Amino acid sequence: MKDCKQIIGEMDTIKETFPALGRQTTSGADLVYLDSAATSQKPECVLQAMDDYYRRSNANIHRGIHTLAEEATAAYEGARQRIATFIGAASYKEVIFTRNATESINLVAYAWGRKNLKAGDVVLLTEMEHHANLVPWQMLAEERGIRLAFISVTEEGLLELDQYEEMLQLEPKLVSFIHMSNVLGTINPAKEMIRKAKAAGAVTLLDGAQSVPHFAVDVQDLDVDFFAFSGHKMCGPTGVGVLYGREALLQAMPPFLGGGDMIRKVHLRSFTPNELPYKFEAGTSAIAEAIGLGAAVDFLEKIGMSHVTAHERELTRYAMQVMGDIPWIHILGPGAEQRGGVISFTLDGVHPHDIAQLLDWDGIAVRAGHHCAMPLHEKFNISATTRASFYIYNDLSDVDALVASLRRVKEKLG
Amino acid sequence: MDDLYRELIIERNRSPHYRGELDPNDYTFQDENPLCGDNIRIDVRTDDAGIITEAAFSGHGCAISQASSDLLIEFVIGKSVEDVKRLTKEDVLNLLGIQLGPVRLKCALLPLKVIKAGVYGLTEATDDLVEGA
Repeated sequence: MKDCKQIIGEMDTIKETFPALGRQTTSGADLVYLDSAATSQKPECVLQAMDDYYRRSNANIHRGIHTLAEEATAAYEGARQRIATFIGAASYKEVIFTRNATESINLVAYAWGRKNLKAGDVVLLTEMEHHANLVPWQMLAEERGIRLAFISVTEEGLLELDQYEEMLQLEPKLVSFIHMSNVLGTINPAKEMIRKAKAAGAVTLLDGAQSVPHFAVDVQDLDVDFFAFSGHKMCGPTGVGVLYGREALLQAMPPFLGGGDMIRKVHLRSFTPNELPYKFEAGTSAIAEAIGLGAAVDFLEKIGMSHVTAHERELTRYAMQVMGDIPWIHILGPGAEQRGGVISFTLDGVHPHDIAQLLDWDGIAVRAGHHCAMPLHEKFNISATTRASFYIYNDLSDVDALVASLRRVKEKLG
Repeated sequence: MDDLYRELIIERNRSPHYRGELDPNDYTFQDENPLCGDNIRIDVRTDDAGIITEAAFSGHGCAISQASSDLLIEFVIGKSVEDVKRLTKEDVLNLLGIQLGPVRLKCALLPLKVIKAGVYGLTEATDDLVEGA
């Protein structure tokens, strides 16, 4: 087993630092993991960082005055600072630990939305949203009578940007959209869209669950107000995510959950909220997980996000080319130049569940279903797709294995 | 694991014997598995004694749900509505001749859920129709 330091600069042996990638599946086949858009595998250094915390420094953070508490606090806050730097935040105060991207978006809907949105206000979303960026706004629509509008998706899987400009005349209070589609792979022109939204007076939110793991993100360069992502899709553990928010907006928001750590003072009938970012972190946080996410960020930075992106681009191009040559495979979404490493497809005559099951016998892990984007599947008039998604530890042979296995599936069931 | 797609299942998925719709019918019900989008409708005709004389399924889904629908219908024709109410998860697995994990079990049991909800005259199918049996 190689450790994370050895591995940097050796992309061809990077698999060795991910313990789970060395295993076999139930059928005895070597694992080919093509489900990173659902969750990535975890490198040794992330597992080590969490293990070290539990074995050496396990203590609650922020208030303890003993060696372990100080070590734990330093590790937790150190992780926050490194994550802030990683996404280009102006300050650690703008990085709030949540459970995942879903909770981050819910936090905005609850704390910002309930304070700033009233009946009739427009929230502009898109047809390609993950349920995480639909349902919180639907709940607010039901509760507050806000109106939801949706930018259409073209047949090619891109947003209708002309229509977007027209919709901005509705003067939306919030424009919230997915940075990279978890189904189509489409990378939306976020910077340009945010610039236009701001010119129209809207607050902006980006769902970065699929973008941060795969390409360099700079929230100040994007000029986005809120940015949500999960740790577990970027080599980190489950149970920790981040909400980035512009400091002035966060300052003006009421707290989200109430309890310990989010308060400065509590009396029997009143409280004063804590300062940022703690105001939004009630109760004991996922300390080990936050530390693990810090280690994941270190790992990605050592590889270099430009290398991550270039590697996945090569894989995606290759996969689009070989799969695109097969007449019974139909790929959703745009060409390789406009997408990240996600390929959702249908196969003539075979249901996605059967495809995923048969691929598993060959050791290949893919996703089958609607990928938490039912409205998008309805739009394309399909009930489900099969999705292969790539990360740094995949290589061209994984794509070859997928295609060879798909040919066997077609022969058996097609 | 490989015999999940044994010949019987592949064959019944490819060329089902009981695909179609019956109109009029005595019982009909339709439901879907929201996880995967499988959608099955089953129509049933009975005689005066409550014996099933004809049945058919329509909709779409994976090979397991399709084969399970076809085999289940074959099994219930000639049996009474009361017999259908007593059918269990094990009966369906015996028809398919396979063991399934929790995710695919939902595919296999969807037709049983649908036909039971139909003969019970329910407006909504619930998992307890096929669980605990």
